[in-house]
Amino acid sequence: MPSVLSNLALADKACIIHDVIPLLIIVLPFSSFLICTLFGYKLKKGAGLLSLLLVGFSSLLCLLVFVDVIVSSKGNNVLTQGCWMAIRIGSKETPLVITLGYLIDPLTSIMLFVVGFVGWWIMLYSVGYMDGDPRYHRYFAYMSLFMASMLGLVLSNNFVMLYICWELVGLCSYLLIGFWYEREAAMRACKKAFIVTRLGDTGFALGIFLLVSVFGSVAFYPLDGVNGIFTSIGYSAKGKENVLALAALLLFCGAVGKSAQFPLHVWLPDAMEGPTPVSALIHAATMVAAGVYMVARCFVLFDVNVTGKLSLFDGLIVLSPAYLVALIGSFTAFMAATIALVQTDIKRILAYSTISQLGYMMMALGIGAYSAGTFHLVTHAFFKALLFLCAGSVIHAMGTNEIFEMGGLKSVMPITFATYVIGMGALAGIPPLSGFWSKDEILAHAFMHSKLIWLIGEVTAFLTALYMTRQLCVVFLGSPRKPEAHPHESPPVMLVPLIVLSIGAAVSGLFGTPWMNLYASFINHGVAHAGAHHKPSATVMLFSVAVSSLGVLCGYLLYGSRQIQSHLEDPLRKFLGNLYSFLEAKWHMDWYEGKAIRHVFFSLVGLCRRFDLGVVDGFVNLVGWAVAYVFAYLHRFFDLYVVDGFINGLAFVTGVCGDMLRRIQTGFIRHYMLFILMGFVFLLIVSLWRIVVLGHP
Amino acid sequence: MISSMMHYLILSAMLFSIGIYGILTRRNAIAILMCIELMLNAVNLNFVAIGAHLTPNQITGQLFAAFVITVAAAEACIGFALIIAIYRNFEKVSVDDINIMRW
Repeated sequence: MPSVLSNLALADKACIIHDVIPLLIIVLPFSSFLICTLFGYKLKKGAGLLSLLLVGFSSLLCLLVFVDVIVSSKGNNVLTQGCWMAIRIGSKETPLVITLGYLIDPLTSIMLFVVGFVGWWIMLYSVGYMDGDPRYHRYFAYMSLFMASMLGLVLSNNFVMLYICWELVGLCSYLLIGFWYEREAAMRACKKAFIVTRLGDTGFALGIFLLVSVFGSVAFYPLDGVNGIFTSIGYSAKGKENVLALAALLLFCGAVGKSAQFPLHVWLPDAMEGPTPVSALIHAATMVAAGVYMVARCFVLFDVNVTGKLSLFDGLIVLSPAYLVALIGSFTAFMAATIALVQTDIKRILAYSTISQLGYMMMALGIGAYSAGTFHLVTHAFFKALLFLCAGSVIHAMGTNEIFEMGGLKSVMPITFATYVIGMGALAGIPPLSGFWSKDEILAHAFMHSKLIWLIGEVTAFLTALYMTRQLCVVFLGSPRKPEAHPHESPPVMLVPLIVLSIGAAVSGLFGTPWMNLYASFINHGVAHAGAHHKPSATVMLFSVAVSSLGVLCGYLLYGSRQIQSHLEDPLRKFLGNLYSFLEAKWHMDWYEGKAIRHVFFSLVGLCRRFDLGVVDGFVNLVGWAVAYVFAYLHRFFDLYVVDGFINGLAFVTGVCGDMLRRIQTGFIRHYMLFILMGFVFLLIVSLWRIVVLGHP
Repeated sequence: MISSMMHYLILSAMLFSIGIYGILTRRNAIAILMCIELMLNAVNLNFVAIGAHLTPNQITGQLFAAFVITVAAAEACIGFALIIAIYRNFEKVSVDDINIMRW
């Protein structure tokens, strides 16, 4: 098979153990979901333990797969896949074969590890955080379903399974954001999240259809005689570069929705209405990274050399999908960081920070920094999950989300504070914590690729350091602003995950230092166009450190040096002036988008309503009326002529007989006597005849 | 013996025929009742004659004749009571005129 990806070693190991382990990874959490759903009321506290056990076993298997891939990646054998079920649809000559199965390569294995590891610790934390909730078992049912579908998403070897799991995690996100559905805000937020991501998913689905129409397959790589999309891009799509670029753009739409990129980022801050562990797992570490994962998985589609550019209007507008990804990513990173600067809700700050960091990842993938982008995904999963869990710990203690109602928590919650500092340092990019290395790698790539994107990245890094320092100072330093609250350190079941994740947040970056990039050499095994290895650039690195330190310093000077009583006294208000309220209103984006959506959709809905009322209902009513009329007519006919006819006929016959018979009742006794005589004579004749003719009476 | 038997039967048949003739021709209800008595007596005669002829040592025939006489007496009682009631209402006893029991 002539392939541009000839350096990619495809190995279909037909080994039982390799088919069963990925299946178990998905089935175990799913069975936990089923059990918690069906018997949750009986299990009560047991639901948490059960799902911890089953998901924990699944996570161990993820770890096993990860280790196995690390060991075998020394050789050529880097891609294992297998098929659980093949579905054949379409015509006999050109069937579309959907091979539902798993695919394990370095990217999958690292994602499995991150999802399994972070997911399990967050579930352990949930046991403490959700304690006493009336719907405790349901929470764990949803979390188990999420783990199953997220692991399925990562493992899938084709677009159909990817899409199914993609929607399933969206469903879990919806269910968990609206977990406390008694609160109106939560109810609104879950609807918003579902609808906004649906906008992107529509594009995703269209992109998949387009790919199917071009390649006649949904598989990523060839398996069991089915050709793979990524391997056949080079030779079977010649002359279709435009279509491929369009497909890449449509797939990116899905990623924009899921990973909360501009302009579909508006759902993520509202999603913070869900329980905090949910925000940590779904809306920080894993699900929102699914968009980044998907772009990384389809990386070859975004390669300009392979798919080319989309030229519209005879070349008037030339659009490269990769360039658009980088542009949207960097803009999102910058925009979200500016908004995070003025938020006062501890979780919303982290939510905007998540959007911003996801923007970084998209930007990295857009400029071809495959390993840097996915590395940032991994480190971000650790430190952002950690930050959210810390925030949850703080909220648990204070009972409020407003940072300006907190303060002075350093002495009360020392472990939370220490782990928070590690997470904050990792996010702000302080060496040698993990975020520094991954962010630096992205920025180094950006520096080589485009100075503009690099500049945006550096400004964002400065803002990140600033808003994280602001949050840290306001929440933990100074003196308490709310004297009536009595904060306390969280129970051990919540603190242990914090400590474990803080270790991850601290050291995971060390696997990807520029001098010895173990991560890059591992992940690049699986992809042909991994981009050039970047050489350590001391200038960029020093500049990054300087920018981050400056951000932290500014933050400390503004917020740490003196006590600020309320958000009205926020010193940034003075510096930024009108810009501050502009940022507070989130660039007025919610408002404009709400208005646009309202205009477009309400008119569309009105149109649909009129169509429904006029055409659909009209047709239905017509059919109903016609059927009713015909049947009523038939029924009337039957009733009148058959039923009534029978009854009337009976009466008529009886009447006629009676009319005839009554004539012999004359009232003359002699007539009666005559009839009797006649009867007697008749009987006499009969018996005489019998005697004479037959010989006996 | 057979010839005397025939005599009885012929007498009985004559009596019976006279009774039928009377019923069919007479208009007076009392006359009709009398004709019925004639017919009943014809039957009695038959009973007695045939009983004596077939079972000379038993009185089966006479016994039946006694029963018929009893029934006939009762019948005559009711019949005359009816006729008296009719006469009180219509002031006549002609059966041709009493024909309101019809359709």
